[in-house]
Amino acid sequence: MRAITYKEALREAIMEKIREDKNVFMMGEDIGVYGGAFGLSIGMLDEFGPERILDAPMSEASFTGVGVGAAIMGMRPIVEIMFSDFLTFGADQIANQASKLRFMTGGQLKIPLVVRSPQGSGTGAASQHSQNVEAWFLNIPGLKIVAPSNPYDAKGLLKSSIEDDNPIIFLEHKLLYSTKGEVPEEDYRVPLGKSKVVKNGKDITIVATSIMVKRSLEAAERLGKEGIQVEIIDPRTLKPLDINPIVESVKKTHRLLVVYEGCTTGGIGGEVISRIGESEAFLYLDAPLFRLGGADVPIPYNLNLERKATPQIEKIVSKVKEIVGGY
Amino acid sequence: MGEINRERKVEMLYKMMLIRAFEKQAEKLFMKNLVYGTMHLSIGEEAVPVGSIFAAKKTDYITSTHRGHGDMIAKGGDIKKMFAEFLGKETGYCHGLGGSMHIADFSLGNLGANGVVGAGIPIATGAALALKMRKTKDIILTFFGDGAANEGLFYESLNMAAIWKLPQVFICKNNLYAMSSPMSKFVATKNISDRATAFGMPGIAVDGMDVVAVYKTVKEAVDRARKGKGPTLIEAKTYRYRGHSKSDKNLYRTEKEIEEWKKKDPIISFVKSLKESEGINDKEIEKIKKDVTQEIEDGVNFALNSPELSADALLKYVYAEEGE
Repeated sequence: MRAITYKEALREAIMEKIREDKNVFMMGEDIGVYGGAFGLSIGMLDEFGPERILDAPMSEASFTGVGVGAAIMGMRPIVEIMFSDFLTFGADQIANQASKLRFMTGGQLKIPLVVRSPQGSGTGAASQHSQNVEAWFLNIPGLKIVAPSNPYDAKGLLKSSIEDDNPIIFLEHKLLYSTKGEVPEEDYRVPLGKSKVVKNGKDITIVATSIMVKRSLEAAERLGKEGIQVEIIDPRTLKPLDINPIVESVKKTHRLLVVYEGCTTGGIGGEVISRIGESEAFLYLDAPLFRLGGADVPIPYNLNLERKATPQIEKIVSKVKEIVGGY
Repeated sequence: MGEINRERKVEMLYKMMLIRAFEKQAEKLFMKNLVYGTMHLSIGEEAVPVGSIFAAKKTDYITSTHRGHGDMIAKGGDIKKMFAEFLGKETGYCHGLGGSMHIADFSLGNLGANGVVGAGIPIATGAALALKMRKTKDIILTFFGDGAANEGLFYESLNMAAIWKLPQVFICKNNLYAMSSPMSKFVATKNISDRATAFGMPGIAVDGMDVVAVYKTVKEAVDRARKGKGPTLIEAKTYRYRGHSKSDKNLYRTEKEIEEWKKKDPIISFVKSLKESEGINDKEIEKIKKDVTQEIEDGVNFALNSPELSADALLKYVYAEEGE
């Protein structure tokens, strides 16, 4: 099978959907001639024209709302927010509008809106361009949150997101843009709300999100050489969270570690751990439930400190050893 | 241009009287402890929604605000479903999930009454973008207040509507107070409509107590929008007789000021002008009043006798399910 990059996979999803459905269009800052801050939309303007690759002024708060309004009318807008850190500008439109309008009007409308945004550290862009923001949105009912970890899922999940009738926060990791993976030429979807077991093992379950899937796989390889067999699950959709495969896995491995880049406090780690704590898997545990998130600090500029502030492969390895060896 | 025939004027009067009667009745229900939440009454402002919405077509769209009963009624809203929503009943417009602040009817082109000041403005701009992309001839009227005109969303949306020449008419219902904050203290220019200049679009201030003046001004803007010439900002100067919401103790304005505005009452003055210009007599007026009273009474009875929604509604509308 051919291998393409995560970025290329996302591009294909967007372009194929725009070709296929006249209601799909993308708007955002500098997505036209410039091709977006990360070059994701280079060339799209030429094929689709300025209406469907719509350059928006620097008005995130409002153009997020423009996406909501267009979606209400039956369009399927993809709104690009240049850095996920800037989603705060559009926070009202996401937290109070897109996510609630259907409910508070008694189901009169649908909001098929995708808000795409790159997130994550590792680029030396410091505190306001490096965050993982999924936790900001996790407790907003009405939203779905998607965070692909590889090219195959990136394409399949983005297509499913564009076709979904609900508002979706689609979080891409900047460091994954250039990573390659197998993506079929044929049309396919990855369903929303389905966790995936990406590696089988019997000693511990790692639930990893976004780029941490890649790092956990590398950590698992090293651990495998030392006789520790790690099972890795990628939820892919962070909300709604498909907990059952995780429950089943923990029943088998008796141990859980959640690895994510966002700040530890109030993040996806706490949610997964609570759900496991409330499930029958709790009765199978041989060790406490652990999370390895980012430090509760703003992302620093300095390279070494930036690495220290977020889970790296070595840290995952040592944490797993601590859990497997200690209990 | 913009002449309105007699029949249409009578219809407009009916809607204005219906809005007022609806809100007075809503207030009574509140006093009787039959309304759970708060409400924001627009008594005194009726000329703005009626003049504006009658200047557009039935197939055109609106977005409304927390003070939006008048918008919904002018757009053809069902009084029964409105009262039922007020009382939190299943038969209400939003099955009792939205209440007074969120009454909307998408089938009539009311894209929603927003509880967050200013937040409906970009949503309307997005709807206008969709109308343009689909090459329809429909337009959207966007209602908001003087308070919302100080939100950043207002400026950003005006700008986008202008650069993209969207079929949108921005209608500021300037009732002089954002809750308790007087416009004189928070707006540096004489008119909010002056701000249109910054976005290269026409800005017009109109007497919001004069339904015909509102109609004519909005009609011109609607025609302009429909022809693809872009948006207009209209400021209708009006006044709310009641407080901001039910918690308002009226500490920020005088009784005298309220009484002065009541002398310009939009319904009384419209009746007077209809008598003079259209020869409408007291008998016809009485008939309208009687019909309005009946519609209100039917609405209240319907709401009172409607069932409450069941607990499964709690989860039913959070997400749209596949294939719906």
